[in-house]
Amino acid sequence: MSPFFTLLRRDARLAARSGGGAALALSFFALVATLVPLGIGADLRLLARVAGGILWVAAVLAALLSLDRLFQGDYEDGSLELIALAPLPLELTALAKLLAHWLTTGLPLTLLSPVLALMFNLPPPATAMLFVSLLLGTPAVSAVGAIGAALTLSLKRGGLILPLIILPLLAPVVIFGAGSVARVLDGFGGTGALELLAAFASAALLLSPFAAAAGVRLNLGS
Amino acid sequence: MITSLTAEKLTCARGERRLFDGLSFTVKAGQALAVEGANGAGKTSLLRLLAGFLAPVAGRVVTRQGGRDSDDAEMRGRLVGWLGHQDGLKPQLTVREQLVFYAALYGQRADTAMLEQVGLARQADLPCRYLSAGQRRRLALARLLVSQRPLWLLDEPFAALDTSGQALVAQMMVRHCGAGGIIIAAAHEPLGLSNESLVLSGGGL
Repeated sequence: MSPFFTLLRRDARLAARSGGGAALALSFFALVATLVPLGIGADLRLLARVAGGILWVAAVLAALLSLDRLFQGDYEDGSLELIALAPLPLELTALAKLLAHWLTTGLPLTLLSPVLALMFNLPPPATAMLFVSLLLGTPAVSAVGAIGAALTLSLKRGGLILPLIILPLLAPVVIFGAGSVARVLDGFGGTGALELLAAFASAALLLSPFAAAAGVRLNLGS
Repeated sequence: MITSLTAEKLTCARGERRLFDGLSFTVKAGQALAVEGANGAGKTSLLRLLAGFLAPVAGRVVTRQGGRDSDDAEMRGRLVGWLGHQDGLKPQLTVREQLVFYAALYGQRADTAMLEQVGLARQADLPCRYLSAGQRRRLALARLLVSQRPLWLLDEPFAALDTSGQALVAQMMVRHCGAGGIIIAAAHEPLGLSNESLVLSGGGL
């Protein structure tokens, strides 16, 4: 197996075993999605109206929970030096790690979203759009997050500053993601927003490995 | 295979403090260099600089390989077998999984017979959180062997090891030099090789 997939598989395995990754993000997502309808009350039309926005924000915050450990764990125990010396460019290392993060958080969140949409009385076409928009948009969350994680990897309290760095950058994802669901509810079909979301995600996935690798180099040399 | 590593007038500063200035040395294939000096003299910084993590303030590191000189840090990194003072092990993974992971990452075949060599054969399926400090160090040594790199940079290779572990390290180093490898080790104890020594006297302000 190539070094790239070796690293991807190891990171996914670590996230699954430590319980801090996938399980934590999923429980957080499910809890928020359960509490909000309780707080808003049984106004079914209102719930359907806000479902897209709330589920999208909850998904982004859930993915954030484990993002600060993307490089930090490996930095603290000395693994990052060993990985940096491997015959794998740091850019591909960053890509493998952010893909592993998406496979263990973004993807499970997306798969769970149709179930949670039931609690918001979201009609099936809008639920389908929510699913597709999360599928396209959550890789962008992991990608943008990887930049922040690389910049803050040597900070003891990096988990606090990371959201401040990356949440503003994630505004377009939330706007287009939740917007696509709202447009389906309004009967327009969500395709315009979905294309912009796909464009943002592609750009983020393409550029973030370079920025993240630069951040890792900077921190290894300090 | 690497023929020699040469440091030319290396200067390293950490923050405001200058650790060493105009440091020059050459290590040829089959030779070992012991880096000595008090705590804080810059031994670890020198190793990080040679590995390419730190950029020198002045000077350069040249590796000679197949008759060609190169001072490219990334190329040099591909030759380095690193034993830092941290072991780089994950508590959730078993001993065997760690070794297989690093072997595959370095594009080598995982040889679990290596575990026998470092005395961890019985712990192969134990998660690393149950290992003692010395056993973790032995696993790090097995990883160093599996990586098959010619230029060993070792930070305190004898730390945390018992007598038989220290003998194992000494034996590994003799074999590595015998096979034409290069070793640069920061250590407080003698390496047990016929090696050169470099004493860092600790920088001035």
